[in-house]
Amino acid sequence: MIARVLRSMGARTLDGLWRLGFASRFFVAVLMRSGTAFSRFSLTIREVFSTGVLSLIIIMVSGFFVGLVLGLQGYETLQRYGSSEALGILVALSLVRELGPVVAGLLFASRAGSALTAEIGLMKTTEQLKAMDMMAVDPIARVVAPRFWGGVISMPLLAALFSMMGVFGAWFIGVVFIGVDDGAFWSQMQASVDFRYDIVNGIIKSVVFGFAVSLIAVFEGYDSAPTAEGVSRAITRTVVNSALTILALDFVLTSFMFRGNG
Amino acid sequence: MNRTVLDLWVGVFVAIGVAAVLFLALKVGNLASANIGETYRLQANFDNIGGLKPRAPVKSSGVVVGRVTEITFDPTLYVAVVKMDVDKRYVFPRDTFATILTSGLLGEQYIGFEVGGDTEMLAAGATITKTQSAVVLEKLISQFMFNKAAESPQAPEQ
Amino acid sequence: MSLSPPAEDILVDLKNVDFAYDTRPILSGINLRIPRGKLVAIMGGSGCGKTTLLRLIGGQLKPTAGHLTVDGQELARLSRREMYAARRRMGMLFQFGALFTDLNVFDNVAFPLREHTDLPPDMIRDLVMTKLHAVGLRGAWKLMPAELSGGMARRVALARAVALDPMLIMYDEPFAGLDPISLAVVGQLIRRLNDALGASSIMVTHDVHESLEIVDYLYFLSAGKVVAEGTPDEIRASTDPFVHQFVNAEIDGPLPFHFPGDDYRTTLMETHA
Repeated sequence: MIARVLRSMGARTLDGLWRLGFASRFFVAVLMRSGTAFSRFSLTIREVFSTGVLSLIIIMVSGFFVGLVLGLQGYETLQRYGSSEALGILVALSLVRELGPVVAGLLFASRAGSALTAEIGLMKTTEQLKAMDMMAVDPIARVVAPRFWGGVISMPLLAALFSMMGVFGAWFIGVVFIGVDDGAFWSQMQASVDFRYDIVNGIIKSVVFGFAVSLIAVFEGYDSAPTAEGVSRAITRTVVNSALTILALDFVLTSFMFRGNG
Repeated sequence: MNRTVLDLWVGVFVAIGVAAVLFLALKVGNLASANIGETYRLQANFDNIGGLKPRAPVKSSGVVVGRVTEITFDPTLYVAVVKMDVDKRYVFPRDTFATILTSGLLGEQYIGFEVGGDTEMLAAGATITKTQSAVVLEKLISQFMFNKAAESPQAPEQ
Repeated sequence: MSLSPPAEDILVDLKNVDFAYDTRPILSGINLRIPRGKLVAIMGGSGCGKTTLLRLIGGQLKPTAGHLTVDGQELARLSRREMYAARRRMGMLFQFGALFTDLNVFDNVAFPLREHTDLPPDMIRDLVMTKLHAVGLRGAWKLMPAELSGGMARRVALARAVALDPMLIMYDEPFAGLDPISLAVVGQLIRRLNDALGASSIMVTHDVHESLEIVDYLYFLSAGKVVAEGTPDEIRASTDPFVHQFVNAEIDGPLPFHFPGDDYRTTLMETHA
């Protein structure tokens, strides 16, 4: 019994390492064959459309609501200590440093990442990738790389939009509804949010998440079993693995970026 | 081929994305005000800096005139050495008083300059000699408790 | 038709080719030659390795042993770049067409032309329309693949496969899932395109009767081996038990109905014991 459990754990570990190795090799292959994605930039622009523009609504609406909640909860806590003017700082720092990149990344994975996986998985299932390969057109260069770069370009812009909508949401609830002083809200925020330290680090995070999610999405699509069931499993894996990767990377990046002197 | 419509949408997307980054940089962040430009270096020694951190503002009359750049400990004098970059446009008299203050009860700490009357000005690299340390809340409380304790024996007599 | 044409007339030549996935052998000791200008069918039951054989010739898989040359080039030795150069002269029709679902009929056929040539748009338009006209679907150029019937999709894929005028065209189950009329249409197209382009064609199929009508030569594959070959007339007259079973669609024969297992009686006795 124990031997069987150990054996299945060993097999899973081995399988995981196998996939990790293949994913790494795939990543290098995508980077090496990205020439087409830039020399024929209209291919990439199409993908910026389907990953970025089509995620706009969900990102902006979610950002606004997250801002509303942050504003309400933040005010609730801050006013106990009589420092409700600090609402702007609280909201801006949480959004710019953490929630913007992380929540936008999670939404991006479930909206755009799953669509990427489904699209590539479907092309694999219906032998479109093989057909392309037989037409002497490299599917990694022609299909995978533009989608990957489209995601990488879209993600930081979406995260910035998310943060902006969040700040606006908090301003809306805090200033317009509750009556926090407008000037204090903005000036306290500007006094404590540092461009290089907070905003640039937040942007770096969103770029890293963009790479991670896009890679996971195109890899899972490319690696999916060529059946309907295989594609649906691959989509699930994209969402789950992206979420775990984002949260783990966020921890690592935060501990590098904001250690001690924040 | 509706490429042009698609290009337009992507253009709109990129434009508002960049606008969001600019909004964060200028309206949320301090890129506009942090642009202090040319600065000179001043130094001050404090017995206790409390919770002062690098990048904390240096204010005079409530206006930000500079930023703390570095905080170190001097092992010979046993004091905290705070280095700060101050805007070149502003010069301060030699007897300027540097105090560590707190904005609000629990807000962030900053350095406040109280200007003296000396005719000579602080030069780049100079050390401010007149400093006052941060108010440490625990000390305040223990002082208060001590006073209370000193008062209380009289109470039963009254 | 003679079996031993001069060597330079052989386009595809397989000598003692073996192929295995990991340790599971799929093909063993395959000897097969496709002469230039001919239409050759490879037949066999489901799962006998026909499609694998096609993918070997297309260079998507590499033989584990033996030699495979296409137009004198040994595919296993080619670099990726050389392989792509070789594939530009091959066309392949996949089982269900494998049309690009996000492109319309016109763009699907234009795809190889746009990827591999710098022709001006109006010349591409003319070429695409010529190919579409050849398969009888010039009027359908605006449709999306989802709007096509199975037979039409197959014909569009055929137009796409011959867009670059290949020297070798491969068909993977071109008749699968087609109604009798579409089937005859696709069969005639395969023959006509082969002759019009002066190309050679390999067709993997299990449709004996349509194949006997249109091909020049047939190979029969079973359990990863070539078990019979010949011209259509030879096959019709063959007394080989396998060919006989296949051509007449008999249930049992050299290709058994039962998956190998224990003796039926033993299995039943076991459950009662």
